[in-house]
Amino acid sequence: MKLLRRIFRFYYDGFRSMTLGRTLWLIIGIKLFIMFAILKVFFFPNFLKQNAGKGHEAEFVATELNKRAEQPLRP
Amino acid sequence: MAILTSLISLLQATLPEQGGALSAVDWARAQFALTAIYHWLFVPLTLGLGLIMAIMETKYYRTGSEFWRRTTQFWQRLFGINFAMGVATGIILEFEFGTNWSNYSWFVGDIFGAPLAIEGIVAFFMESTFVAVMYFGWDKVSRGFHLASTWLTWLGASISAWWILVANSWMQYPVGCEFNPDTMRNEMTSFFDVALSPFAIDKFLHTTISSWIIGAAFVVAVAAWYLLKKREAEREMALKSLRIGAIVGLIASIGAAITGDESAYKVAEVQPMKLAAMEALYNGGTDVSLTGIAAINPFKQPNYKEEKEAPLRLSIPNGLSILATRSLHGFVPGVNDILNGYTKADGTVEPSAKEKMQRGRTAIEALAAYRQAKTDGADEATVAPLLATLKENMPYFGYGFIKDEAELVPYIPVNFWAFRIMVGLGSLFILFFAFLLFLDWKKKGFLAPSALNTELSTFNKATLWVAIILLPCAYICSESGWLVAEFGRQPWTIQDMLPVSASVSDISAGAVATTFWLFLILFTTMLAVEINIMLKQIKKGPQL
Repeated sequence: MKLLRRIFRFYYDGFRSMTLGRTLWLIIGIKLFIMFAILKVFFFPNFLKQNAGKGHEAEFVATELNKRAEQPLRP
Repeated sequence: MAILTSLISLLQATLPEQGGALSAVDWARAQFALTAIYHWLFVPLTLGLGLIMAIMETKYYRTGSEFWRRTTQFWQRLFGINFAMGVATGIILEFEFGTNWSNYSWFVGDIFGAPLAIEGIVAFFMESTFVAVMYFGWDKVSRGFHLASTWLTWLGASISAWWILVANSWMQYPVGCEFNPDTMRNEMTSFFDVALSPFAIDKFLHTTISSWIIGAAFVVAVAAWYLLKKREAEREMALKSLRIGAIVGLIASIGAAITGDESAYKVAEVQPMKLAAMEALYNGGTDVSLTGIAAINPFKQPNYKEEKEAPLRLSIPNGLSILATRSLHGFVPGVNDILNGYTKADGTVEPSAKEKMQRGRTAIEALAAYRQAKTDGADEATVAPLLATLKENMPYFGYGFIKDEAELVPYIPVNFWAFRIMVGLGSLFILFFAFLLFLDWKKKGFLAPSALNTELSTFNKATLWVAIILLPCAYICSESGWLVAEFGRQPWTIQDMLPVSASVSDISAGAVATTFWLFLILFTTMLAVEINIMLKQIKKGPQL
């Protein structure tokens, strides 16, 4: 318990006494927000989850690969 | 932005069969390249500067000198800026896997799972724990524990790099796996074959050691700027940092040359087409010379079928034979040999592209027939021969997607010139770092005691400017290495198993193009912010 408290204090004091670190953490926060709350949600869906459905991925990929072997990709 | 627009125009010019329009696969490749190149701006500086600041802190630990403590803290601050800016830039690559490269992701999932999971755990626990001690722990933990944390931060980042490079190496040289036609995935048969593949070991050594050059070039460039600006308060720190930077830089650039030679030898063994493209070697043979320079048009794939060799070629006799086979007279296949088939040194015959394409189609047909038979509930006796056919032809599976053998030849100009830029700049670094150490040893040039109180001579100013200019050159050198590694393995995402055209998801080019431009804007903004913060901190100097 004492050790846990010491670890907590260590991080707490460290974060509180940051100067440049505050700016850097702010940038990291903004960056992670853009990546996970905007890009991932609106622009990067899981293609297989959307198109194949759970448990049918193998079948979907097999069909896709077969199709690719027969005809070129759409432009 | 202008450079990127030109690159896209160049890409369009190389696609006459599509009327110059970029397809989904081209946009997905461009987007992946953009993201990986951006990510790679931060990683090598983390690995290189991490090593140098750990060396500096070791000096503090040994001497107890306040000077080394302040110096270490200054470089750790710059390390922190780079580290914060690089955080999570690699995650975008995983988004792209799921959206743009879904066939590929499914096909390799089992193999990548273990290395990437280990990378995630190591990166999270080691780096986040020890980075915290490194920044928050001054005066709170013992000097020894703090030093250990700094070294472990660097080690954690290097181990992280190891697992990422294991995953990349598996794509270049797929080992330790077996394809399961029921799950449509490659499944790991030997973790150690994947984790300790000789290709991965070479790649790790070459990549991390060359990253140290960037750390060294960064330290030397910043130190040179202080000396150029005659900042007296930072003079001692600049001189001592410059010396450490030059020593690390010289060792790293010589190490990168040695490991690069070993990597090229491995490439010759497992990716001969990449080597042929790097060398613009159209027709191979024995006693092959190493091309120093040749007039390769950067904007046009050469006519390798008709031309005997690259025009205006200056070369080192027998050089390529030695590099690729470790023998003066060794046989090195050229582009046409690989397309037409050839006999290897050990007597085995490498089939022609046409035969491989035929066998690839046989594998794909056997796979489809097997899966159909299983769906229809066929018995073992029916499916067994189909499985046997698939297994026999599986090494050429990817060739079944190739429509024209020209697709098997990577874009030679990029490989040829990127390789020469990498080697040329790498050699320049050896010379420059050696020159700096010579000046330091002899106390000449800007390192002469007399330079302290006098105006810098033109020669000294020029030397310091070269030191600054070489920093962007170090990045160009490092990124060129990646261009060679990744352009050279085209058309494959997984060597011989899966080409990019089969790996990409069935998505519209417009959708990928949109996110490409979004990324470009986002990355440019973030980079501008990073450089701004970094420059401000450098201008501020070690004083807090």
